[in-house]
Amino acid sequence: MIVLNVNGREYQVDAAVSTPLLYALRDYLQLNGAKFGCGLGQCGACTVMVDGKPVLSCITPISVLSGRRIKTIEGLGTIDNPGPVQRAFIDEQAAQCGYCIPGMMMRAQALLEANPAPSKADIRRHMNANLCRCGTHMRILRAVERAVGYLKNDRSAG
Amino acid sequence: MIRRLVVVLLLVLAVAGIAFFASAWRPRMPAIDTPLRSSFDAASIQRGAVLTAIGGCASCHTAPNSKAYAGGLPLETPFGTIYATNITPERETGIGRWSLAAFVRAMREGVDRDGRQLYPAFPYDHFTHVADEDLRAIYTYLMTREPIRAEAPRNDLVFPLNVRMLIEGWKLLYFDHAPIRPDATQSAEWNRGAYLAEGLGHCGSCHTPRNFLGALKKRRHYAGGDIEGWHAPALDASSRAPVPWTVDALQQYLKRGVSNVHEVSAGPMTRVIHNLAVVPDEEVRAIATYIASNMGAPEQAREERGKEALIRARSAAEKGGDAGIQKLTTGGQQSETTIQDGRVIYEGTCMLCHGAAQRTTGAPSRDALNLGLSTSIQLGTPVNLIRIVLQGMAPPDGESGPFMPGFSTELTDEQLVSLVTYLRSDFSDHPAWQNVAREVRRARQSLARMD
Repeated sequence: MIVLNVNGREYQVDAAVSTPLLYALRDYLQLNGAKFGCGLGQCGACTVMVDGKPVLSCITPISVLSGRRIKTIEGLGTIDNPGPVQRAFIDEQAAQCGYCIPGMMMRAQALLEANPAPSKADIRRHMNANLCRCGTHMRILRAVERAVGYLKNDRSAG
Repeated sequence: MIRRLVVVLLLVLAVAGIAFFASAWRPRMPAIDTPLRSSFDAASIQRGAVLTAIGGCASCHTAPNSKAYAGGLPLETPFGTIYATNITPERETGIGRWSLAAFVRAMREGVDRDGRQLYPAFPYDHFTHVADEDLRAIYTYLMTREPIRAEAPRNDLVFPLNVRMLIEGWKLLYFDHAPIRPDATQSAEWNRGAYLAEGLGHCGSCHTPRNFLGALKKRRHYAGGDIEGWHAPALDASSRAPVPWTVDALQQYLKRGVSNVHEVSAGPMTRVIHNLAVVPDEEVRAIATYIASNMGAPEQAREERGKEALIRARSAAEKGGDAGIQKLTTGGQQSETTIQDGRVIYEGTCMLCHGAAQRTTGAPSRDALNLGLSTSIQLGTPVNLIRIVLQGMAPPDGESGPFMPGFSTELTDEQLVSLVTYLRSDFSDHPAWQNVAREVRRARQSLARMD
């Protein structure tokens, strides 16, 4: 039995300690936002945040996560009240099929939490790990830039 | 009497000093007008391109995200940071005003056009062996590149090493001009390989250990060296590759960066592989022939162990799971819990790809190396294994090649220590590493600096 802290809540997960976090989220906690893409840490569809950093949940066993703070796309906002990164992706219409987008948003969120004013080069370098098979990368990059502005407005609005 | 002795001693010292400075002094070579492209023939430019790739000039003289050969790459040495210079034919900041004679002097003697001594981070101790016509072809190639205006940052070296005159002293002690003599008992291919590897290719500048003054330990030629936080594995009989290298395997590795029963290239070696991609197969094979012969034919016991490792790896690929060596002792002082924790991490991360058939995903990754075949787990130092786990590996932009995700955010330092300790314990017969935690911290710091 392992206790996982996900989006500020503690969950007891009764799974083998080598179970990948992605399976724990989807199969045990019904948090289906993180997606299974390749299962080999090559595509980034499963990206979530751990202690503020982007992590590939398909190749991270839950054994390494006790006492660490996990954040998933469900922690960024709700359908009625989407967070700044989610609003930016919607406003930029960055999704085509949408399968890679939760991972994209989580990687973007990790960047913006560490660096609220990234350059275009910073964004490109940081987002490099996540793939979109539809090829909407240009819109995704614009969405991340837009999110920078939304976060700034939200902060100044208090 | 004593007085006379002192005077004589002082005189001797003065003469020695004058002789030293006289020998350290090199004249400035006259500036020339940059030769026009039309003054060189296309065949020689093309030959120069191949030779420049074998020399790996771009590896140091090109900084990340910058123009080719424009310099500026920091080389971290135990003595401070040296910045690679601009070798494009730009007139003010590059070598645009260098004559062929000035270029040849730099390559052979380690002196720039102004007569300044060059630090041996520039491997002129190897380049001194390069034939005239090859130096001319490289000059031709470099002088026909795009001129880029870029001043290299000033070197950041500790006193007194920032005094260039002292390099002459280093040269007196360590710089061996003696030409490489062909070995008549060996094949033409072997001799070609020796010429390329010992000269232009300067393999030994990473793969040979250095002394406290940064000079190669000649008696331990190819015994393995340390470079940029990585260990360049031994290329002699002390090689720890679980399966002994062959000419074919080395050729494939040098050309493609992968040998499916040895290793995938990582760290500074990826730049070498990248360069060799444009080099004709016969030249690469010559280098492979020479290096394989330097490693020597493996002893029978080692050959047997290699065969066993291959059988274990194949059966793991078919049945799935572990290829660890079944050992009677764990040997070492690391705690059982560390190893247990590491094994769980291995099963939840590494094994998805490296454990072949026993994957829960069904997504094939047939090329992932079986860890029982990895040299990094066998070395005397954990640095390569730690760096690979932290950074992963990826082909250069726009090229295809093996990919592995890095685990720098997934794993904490303590978890990395457990994983590395477990891998060593289960996949190697060598004694446990004692410095894993320290090396993990070092690798993290070095990666943070690169960010």
